[in-house]
Amino acid sequence: MAKAAKIATAERSPIFAGREFSGEGAKIAVLAPSHRLALRAPEKSLAALSKALGVKLPVAPKSSVTKVSRSALWLGPDEWLVIDDGGKDPLEDCARVRVLHSAVGVSHRNVGISISGPRAAETLNAGCPQDLSLSAFPVGACSRTILGKVEIVLLRTAEDAFRVECWRSFSDYVLTFLTDAATDAA
Amino acid sequence: MTESFRIAGRGRLASRTARFSFDGTSYFGMAGDTLASALLANGVHLVGRSFKYHRPRGILSAGAEEPNALVSVERDAARRTPNVRATVQELYDGLTANSQNRWPSLAFDVGEVNDMASPLFSAGFYYKTFMWPKAAWKNLYEPFIRSAAGLGVAPHLPDPDHYASRYAHCEVLVLGGGAAGIAAALAAAETGVRVIICDEQAELGGAMRYEAGAAIDGEDGWAWSQASVAKLAAMDNVTVLSRTTAFGYYAQNFVGLAERVTEHLADPKGLPRERLWQVRAKRVILATGAIERHMVFADNDRPGVMLASAARTYLNHYGVAVGRNVGVYTANDSAYAAALDLKKAGVEIAAIVDLRDNPAGPLVDEARSLGIDIHHGRGVVGVGGKLRVTSMTIQPKAGGAARTIPVDALLVSSGWTPSVHLFSQSRGKVVFDDATKRFLPGNYAQDCVSVGGCNGSDSLAATLDQAWAAGAKAAREAGGKAGPAAAKPKADSGENFVGGMLGAGPGAHADSTVKAFVDFQNDVTAKDIRLAVREGMRSIEHVKRFTTNGMATDQGKTSNMHGLAIAAETLGKDIPEVGLTTFRAPYTPVTFGTIVNHGRGPLFDPTRRTATHGWAQKHGAVFEDVGQWKRAWYFPRTGEDMHAAVNRECRTVRETAGLFDASTLGKIEVVGPDAAKFMELLYTNPWEKLEPGRCRYGIMLREDGFIYDDGVVGRLAPDRFHVTTTTGGAARVMNHMEDYLQTEFPQLDVWLTSISEQWAVIAVQGPNSRKIVEPLVEGIDLSDEAMPHMSVREGTICGVPTRLFRMSFTGDRGFEVNVPADYGQAVWEALWAEGQKHGACAYGTEAMHVLRAEKGYIIVGQDTDGTVTPNDAGLDWAIGKKKTDFVGIRGLTRPDLVAQGRKQLVGLKTKDSKTVLEEGAQIVANPRQAIPMTMIGHVTSSYWSENCGHSIALALLAGGRERMGETLYVPMPDGPIEVEVCSPVFFDEKGGRLNG
Repeated sequence: MAKAAKIATAERSPIFAGREFSGEGAKIAVLAPSHRLALRAPEKSLAALSKALGVKLPVAPKSSVTKVSRSALWLGPDEWLVIDDGGKDPLEDCARVRVLHSAVGVSHRNVGISISGPRAAETLNAGCPQDLSLSAFPVGACSRTILGKVEIVLLRTAEDAFRVECWRSFSDYVLTFLTDAATDAA
Repeated sequence: MTESFRIAGRGRLASRTARFSFDGTSYFGMAGDTLASALLANGVHLVGRSFKYHRPRGILSAGAEEPNALVSVERDAARRTPNVRATVQELYDGLTANSQNRWPSLAFDVGEVNDMASPLFSAGFYYKTFMWPKAAWKNLYEPFIRSAAGLGVAPHLPDPDHYASRYAHCEVLVLGGGAAGIAAALAAAETGVRVIICDEQAELGGAMRYEAGAAIDGEDGWAWSQASVAKLAAMDNVTVLSRTTAFGYYAQNFVGLAERVTEHLADPKGLPRERLWQVRAKRVILATGAIERHMVFADNDRPGVMLASAARTYLNHYGVAVGRNVGVYTANDSAYAAALDLKKAGVEIAAIVDLRDNPAGPLVDEARSLGIDIHHGRGVVGVGGKLRVTSMTIQPKAGGAARTIPVDALLVSSGWTPSVHLFSQSRGKVVFDDATKRFLPGNYAQDCVSVGGCNGSDSLAATLDQAWAAGAKAAREAGGKAGPAAAKPKADSGENFVGGMLGAGPGAHADSTVKAFVDFQNDVTAKDIRLAVREGMRSIEHVKRFTTNGMATDQGKTSNMHGLAIAAETLGKDIPEVGLTTFRAPYTPVTFGTIVNHGRGPLFDPTRRTATHGWAQKHGAVFEDVGQWKRAWYFPRTGEDMHAAVNRECRTVRETAGLFDASTLGKIEVVGPDAAKFMELLYTNPWEKLEPGRCRYGIMLREDGFIYDDGVVGRLAPDRFHVTTTTGGAARVMNHMEDYLQTEFPQLDVWLTSISEQWAVIAVQGPNSRKIVEPLVEGIDLSDEAMPHMSVREGTICGVPTRLFRMSFTGDRGFEVNVPADYGQAVWEALWAEGQKHGACAYGTEAMHVLRAEKGYIIVGQDTDGTVTPNDAGLDWAIGKKKTDFVGIRGLTRPDLVAQGRKQLVGLKTKDSKTVLEEGAQIVANPRQAIPMTMIGHVTSSYWSENCGHSIALALLAGGRERMGETLYVPMPDGPIEVEVCSPVFFDEKGGRLNG
């Protein structure tokens, strides 16, 4: 099978790449593709996994840990979403780890959306029932929650900025909802 | 027209005028007016016709409790809002309003005949009058009642406005912005906690709007209120929401607020019409005040008869006199204050009629000193005038000579009802206070507290004390740091609103036939309530439903207590024994727009599209909705209808190959050392011995033994399975598995991850499928020896990772190419280009359905319905015979599930090969039997099969496998269709094409 060299490499088509909305109080933008890992593991495996991933897996509910371009988001007592924006696949880092865990690549499952600006929290609160005040949801806080009628993972990246992660086919809904809400929140 | 009833120097409105029209006549009002105050300023009292009797009606109140002054406000053809309370609608320049329930005009209404014919329309008349003859209900009575009933006309066009939503959290939520609410909010806000205070009016201030005698901290009550609200609004931790009604109090201090954002604006400027607030509060302070009740006497509904506090509001806040020669009818002191204010403003007070024998006190003394006639121990037993009150007839309570006094407005007050609606909605229990004859908050069910009028507090000083303490306590309990820094507000003077009476007054006694209205909006009289009791209603809940008292949109805010008192009196019982009806949300009507808010149009429900959606669109696909997904249904070429397209697609797949987007299938990665053990428990099939790299068709049961879902499962590694589910089952199968894992098998080391959207799935099916896939793949040997049917390999396709399945849902050789979703489009296009070399087509869900039915492959949810076992579906082979446990194993042994004669999956061939059966049609053995026939089965799938050259159908048929070759019938409107029972496999029975 000497044909290998002739196969053209498939081009990546991230959904809604470049789509954004700039409102008075909030700016919404689709983020560039990231590497993502759905990680499940018992407590006894956390040290080895943290070492392999280069980021200490948080154990406090609603918290995340970010190191350089990699974030680990606590989603449940044995569940993390690891996002890497530096081009390094955390799935590969886990492949060498022998301790008990489940690592599943979900880089293409999710779409990342940033929402920033002085009215970012109000915009999200149009459809997200969580208390997004800085005291209840400080920078670094994260949660698997809802926005309108869909599930999202929400991460506060700065006092006035959030990252929303949703499944690929729900991103149209999420973007439309946030745009609608940003118009009102302004 | 000039505002002849506006009194210069009175009221608080700025002198900016606003033009509006009512029933086609133009008027001037002032900025800050309500429609009601503007109409009254122009001397207009007649504003509507009543619901049942079409009686002329005026303006009763100055607030949200208004049962009478319901009008239609029309911005344009699509924005025509019926049943707007004129007392709530704020005036804006250009406002257009019309009266309702009248024809041809408000002053001359043909429907008024109902008033004359009222003996026919007594309480419960529906249930009696329209009972006979029975058939007439459907054809005559109901259509007539439906067209006659209802108030106002809803617009026929879609609502062009938009609505918004906001979730909010706070430590202290204050419901009601009167003096009590403001004081509570101040106390709470001082501690630094988050406070939200809402009020239904345009400006907070509550009763300070009219209580001229109130003074707080050296200012008059209104000025103190506005200064305090400004102070609150300036604090970072406080949100002040005016024009915002708390309409519903739900579990765990979750309160629904409806904010009217643009209803008062001439130009909404793109803002949402209304905004729904859903607030979760650690503590709630109820400061909802009290509502004045009217007097129940003959013709008490005539325009010009009005609550005393309303007249006072129109005077003191809006600068409007409700008449020039005003009568007053009361049983307590508060109406005296109204009379005094009017008198001082130059309005003649014809007389105060007081039901009490010896009214006394400063207000009474002041009235006397101003020379106002007080007729004590007397009642108003009737009024003159029809479109507007012209006189009142008074009589001693004990009877005797009646006397008529001319008036052009009549102020009434029978006392105050604490607003316990929201408290009751919070599941708090009210208790009856016998001394003051009112229901007050008793046991609390949630973290809330009532202060002020709604808590039975009668004096301003007591109210402020109570509210301040409650605000400070709530804030402290909710985590507030310091105690309030500022000083508690102090009432310098206030007014006392105690006492009053309940029920019907003189002249409206038990034997009278007069129309003394209890519930204005639903036209319920004292007589109706008594009739309900005479007809056997004992509970107030029954009386309410029989008479409809309190069932209008005002929820009986002015009528409930009177109705209850009359029922109790008629029953000879005490009020608490008769009970109080339940308060339910919403407190006042809430638009559907507010409840739906953002969830309209594209946001009504998510629309999910796959990675190849754009390609399919470009290639002419017709889409069908499958749950939230848009799936390509078929790809018609020029000149093709659906049948021609589907026939071509089916033929092409079997002749050469076809491409199909299967991305919507649910996919779950099951990972962990106990993965196989878990699979053994969730599926009927055996998994332990399935080698990595191989696949198996799996069936999942519910506990009861019926098929729940199915799909092909590939084992990627000893500890890793790639599970597929049906498209519709994706979410619930994941939940089902997670549920069992967490509750039944928590000891297993295994985890589930949804990968449905990680992978785009491209099915390449047909004899040439390998030739299409092979040139693009690296690292995988696709030969039959290396990769037989039902196997899975990992490698690359077009240079990107793939999980490549060799499997078939068509019965022909086939592959399913899984690639990361962002590569789905590019890989599809590459496969398409290869496919073109072999004459392949793209096919949609319809062809997929036909092709699988030709092979007798079931679709869960179409050929099964939740009552089908694997055996029924002919899938016994998929049950691991040596297995001792899996979900549903015991269910399968239930007597019913192993009984003879169960419905089994069979094929049906029509005797006329061109006839296609209807899915869902019933099957009978003898079409000549009498109706209802004995039905022995039904058609589950039915298509024209181009490949077979005849129609095909799958059916569930009682004892089906014993009936092979039998002739049965499918009765249809045009006559029975003859069918022959056959195997469900219509095409390639031996299965050779899987490797063909």
